[in-house]
Amino acid sequence: MNCDEFVELVTAYLEGALPLETEQRFVEHLAECDGCDRYLEQIRATVDALGHLPAQRLAPEARDRLLAAFRDWPAG
Amino acid sequence: MVDAVLPADAVVVARLRARDETMFAALIDAWSPGMVRAARAFVADDHTAQDVVQEAWLGVLRGIDGFQERSSLRTWVYRIVVNKAKTRGVRDARTVPASSLGLDDGPTVDPARFRGADDPYPGHWRSFPPAWPSPEDDAVAGETRRQLAAALAGLPDRQRVVVTLRDVSGHSSEEVCEMLSISAANQRVLLHRGRAALRATLEQHWIKEAMA
Ligand SMILES: [Zn+2]
Repeated sequence: MNCDEFVELVTAYLEGALPLETEQRFVEHLAECDGCDRYLEQIRATVDALGHLPAQRLAPEARDRLLAAFRDWPAG
Repeated sequence: MVDAVLPADAVVVARLRARDETMFAALIDAWSPGMVRAARAFVADDHTAQDVVQEAWLGVLRGIDGFQERSSLRTWVYRIVVNKAKTRGVRDARTVPASSLGLDDGPTVDPARFRGADDPYPGHWRSFPPAWPSPEDDAVAGETRRQLAAALAGLPDRQRVVVTLRDVSGHSSEEVCEMLSISAANQRVLLHRGRAALRATLEQHWIKEAMA
């Protein structure tokens, strides 16, 4: 496997969606290529950082309005 | 997104149907931040995203008595968010089909980064991607998040939506395919292209910082 092929397969690899034979070639390449090892690590770091973006809160007034609507909601 | 404080779906649903306000408040507090973020991936501004999430919660109230537990409660709620957001989709209006711009095909890493056909190692890195500073440094982590938030906002619409739902909100691929009515293969392509573009943005940023 070449590096330019490897970089296009990282998401499929992380999703466990590669055909077995391709996955074997992917893992073999990973073991012998420091550049691709770093690329995969940086994709993982990017995904990890995305999971830590600051939350965007619901405005307190909106929360109050929703709770009021819930209180007034007729029983089903 | 960890919902450790919430009981199982069946319990939550039963308590909502019994009009247990404490349960509703807990649900709003646990899920709204992720819902606002998901809504923001569809609409043009924060204000509209807030509106969408409010409307979605009202939709949850209207639908909860008839909720069939075919999907998880969270997936069902997010599907309501997605549907409400799409009706407000300011961004959708200016969306050109991505395929016509060639956004969904072609390499995700600049081909110039790899050795040419006349090289003894064609298709291999000319030089390895440079190392990034450690994310354990708080300043680095903060700068990474700022860069990513800006870059995410600049992604093509469909990539932004998929990356937001998968990597920011933490939904599974099955959930995202169901919410957006797209195939697993399509979802993976959008996720891949979005992630690769975001990684490239971070790389450019750290290269610039290293030279500064
Ligand atoms: Zn390689």
